[in-house]
Amino acid sequence: MAAKSDSLAPHFADLEQQHEAATLGMWIFLATELMFFGGLFTAYTVYRHRYPEEFAAASTRLNLVFGGVNTVVLLTSSLTMALAVYAARVGRRDWLISCLGLTGLLGAAFLVIKGFEYHGDYADNLVPGLAFVESEWPKPAGVKLFLLLYYLMTGVHALHLIIGIVLMSVLAALARRGRYSSEYYAPVEVGGLYWHFVDVIWIFLLPLLYMVGVR
Amino acid sequence: MSTVVAEPTLPEQAARPVHYLNAHYGVRSWLLTTDHKRIAILYLVSITLMFFLGGAAISVVRLQLMTPRNDLVAADTYNKLFTMHGIIMVFFFLIPAVPAVLGNFCMPMMLGAKDLAFPRINLLSWYLYILGAAVTLTAILIGGVDTGWTFYTPYSTARSNTNVIPAALGILIAGFSSILTGLNFIVTTHRMRAPGQTWFRLPLFVWSMYATSIIMLLGTPVLAITLTLLAVERSLGIGIFDPALGGDPLLFQHLFWFYSHPAVYIMILPGMGVVSEIVPCFSRKNIYGYRFIAFSSVAIAVLGFLVWGHHMFIAGQSVYAAMVFSLLSFLVAIPSGIKVFNWTATLYKGSISYETPMLYAFGFIGLFTMGGLTGIMLATLAVDAHVHDTYFVIAHFHFIMVGGMVMAYLGGIHFWWPKITGRLYPEWWGRLSALLIFAGFILTFLPQFVVGYLGMPRRYYQYAPEFQVLNVMSTAGASILGAGYLLPLCYLLWSLAYGKDAGPNPWQATGLEWQTPSPPPTENFEVTPEVVQEPYQYSAEVTHGG
Repeated sequence: MAAKSDSLAPHFADLEQQHEAATLGMWIFLATELMFFGGLFTAYTVYRHRYPEEFAAASTRLNLVFGGVNTVVLLTSSLTMALAVYAARVGRRDWLISCLGLTGLLGAAFLVIKGFEYHGDYADNLVPGLAFVESEWPKPAGVKLFLLLYYLMTGVHALHLIIGIVLMSVLAALARRGRYSSEYYAPVEVGGLYWHFVDVIWIFLLPLLYMVGVR
Repeated sequence: MSTVVAEPTLPEQAARPVHYLNAHYGVRSWLLTTDHKRIAILYLVSITLMFFLGGAAISVVRLQLMTPRNDLVAADTYNKLFTMHGIIMVFFFLIPAVPAVLGNFCMPMMLGAKDLAFPRINLLSWYLYILGAAVTLTAILIGGVDTGWTFYTPYSTARSNTNVIPAALGILIAGFSSILTGLNFIVTTHRMRAPGQTWFRLPLFVWSMYATSIIMLLGTPVLAITLTLLAVERSLGIGIFDPALGGDPLLFQHLFWFYSHPAVYIMILPGMGVVSEIVPCFSRKNIYGYRFIAFSSVAIAVLGFLVWGHHMFIAGQSVYAAMVFSLLSFLVAIPSGIKVFNWTATLYKGSISYETPMLYAFGFIGLFTMGGLTGIMLATLAVDAHVHDTYFVIAHFHFIMVGGMVMAYLGGIHFWWPKITGRLYPEWWGRLSALLIFAGFILTFLPQFVVGYLGMPRRYYQYAPEFQVLNVMSTAGASILGAGYLLPLCYLLWSLAYGKDAGPNPWQATGLEWQTPSPPPTENFEVTPEVVQEPYQYSAEVTHGG
């Protein structure tokens, strides 16, 4: 049994039990997240099946350069996240702080690029209800559905990323105060699971949204 | 008296045991508690309030239906009243009732744990429940909702001019509360068991909580995204579900029932868990077919996810899909039947006594069986085409939800009341309440099977005159039912002050939660227990109360 410490909550027998509970809790939470996104993916599948041409036409208008660069940014952030967990496990506090900070910064960079992309979409009349020219499309109903799903899916993803960035800031701040050690780093590992999940969602969004039609 | 004598109560006070109720005092100690037992009490108070609010709404509905052309309330108000009843009862009473109150209180003790794995998340889930309830109740108070608890599109997005979005938002928030409860229960069952507490030594109540949690975790997020999509369509006017905008209303029904049918099992599985604890205790026999009951809970949870289409037989889904959904719905009868037969086999040659919890459990078994069998009728395609959207459906699911679930909930409340409060409730009044509720229930809902089969549709505020006799019977029954529900509220509160001291184990029950004082200390057990045997160790030789 590990030694009792400040990091151990009183209702756990030891740190190992606490660590296992935390990681299992996050895995289960991610399962619920998957079901949450699953509803959106279902709606996407149904309407892509119903409006294949409209989906292809609208998809080719999205900015693949921004989407591609963002994919690289996000994958890099997964690397720094994995390094942060490793640094925590081997007890290197300086590495841990900089990797957590870098992960958060890359997430923020993704959001900035996404912001420019949304602005470009707006300028290109791709926002139904705000900037959209019906006469531009032969069948606008399916196009509007695609665009709505695009904003919903990327928007919900961005919301998760914002939560992730806050999480990274808190973890980095606590790491600076020396809260984590090679015995106790469950929050870092749990934060990492969450971060990777948000990245994996993006990996699915990229082809589904940007690569439907032939460019 | 002129001389000052030593405080005579002092030695007595020193001897008085410290338990979770008297360990701390004050509002703060309750609102900021992380003790699963205190959070259970918080839930108990809040869901009781919601239960009586939902009951009040339906009382007006039943009064309206006394005569065929009543004008007690206008058509609009009538729609808002049954919607209020449905939303409150489903999302704010039935779903949290047993898990959040009895599950929260008993499960950690049954595992031999000090608390749930995440005590602060447990408290957060109560606050989310309260926030969700507040938002939904506000939506109801400032004008109401008239869509029915199912929020079918495009009525809810394009037609209804009531507070659909705030009501849906409240339900979404409360949904996160049940996700967090489910997450806590699963992690707790996996990681917090006491030494020696193997999976097959878990009480069946824990198995049913585990199965319920699986549904909460995998179903509720789908409801969350569905309600979000509904709110987007309603506020932005871009069609996801409205056919006039290129959307598909059937998609809404698929997504909605993907959660809301499994949610029926969120409501009934915990009730089955409660009955599995009560029946062996009051028949002094070990539960028959432990593993069958345990695995049938999991089977119901899994099958429950594959039957949602039986709500849409006449909604326009493909007839082949309907046939598959019909077949899968029949299969749910197998694990349900296994449970009923095993409870009955447990009773066989048992030394049965008729305390209040057992009366409620008997009520559950009988009424649930009727609800289940009529469910098989409804899962039959041709029969459903006839009785769809009639009072037959209303009667069917009230047999499951009220005859089953509410009976089991009240049985569980009576069973664990001595453990929760340390006091005994008055047995005679308890038995009276169980009988009143049973009689009132039968009189309310049995006529509805008949009136529905004769063709009276649900959700109308007026009806054809030939249905009046059956509707009057139903309203009369509802009055008895209402009185039956008020009784426990009165005598349970009375027992808090005047009830006899319960002692640690008034029922001579053998679960772990009975091995600790009543009310339990904050840490549940003085010493973490070592589990060496199965939870049911009953034998007919032990006399009752001895």
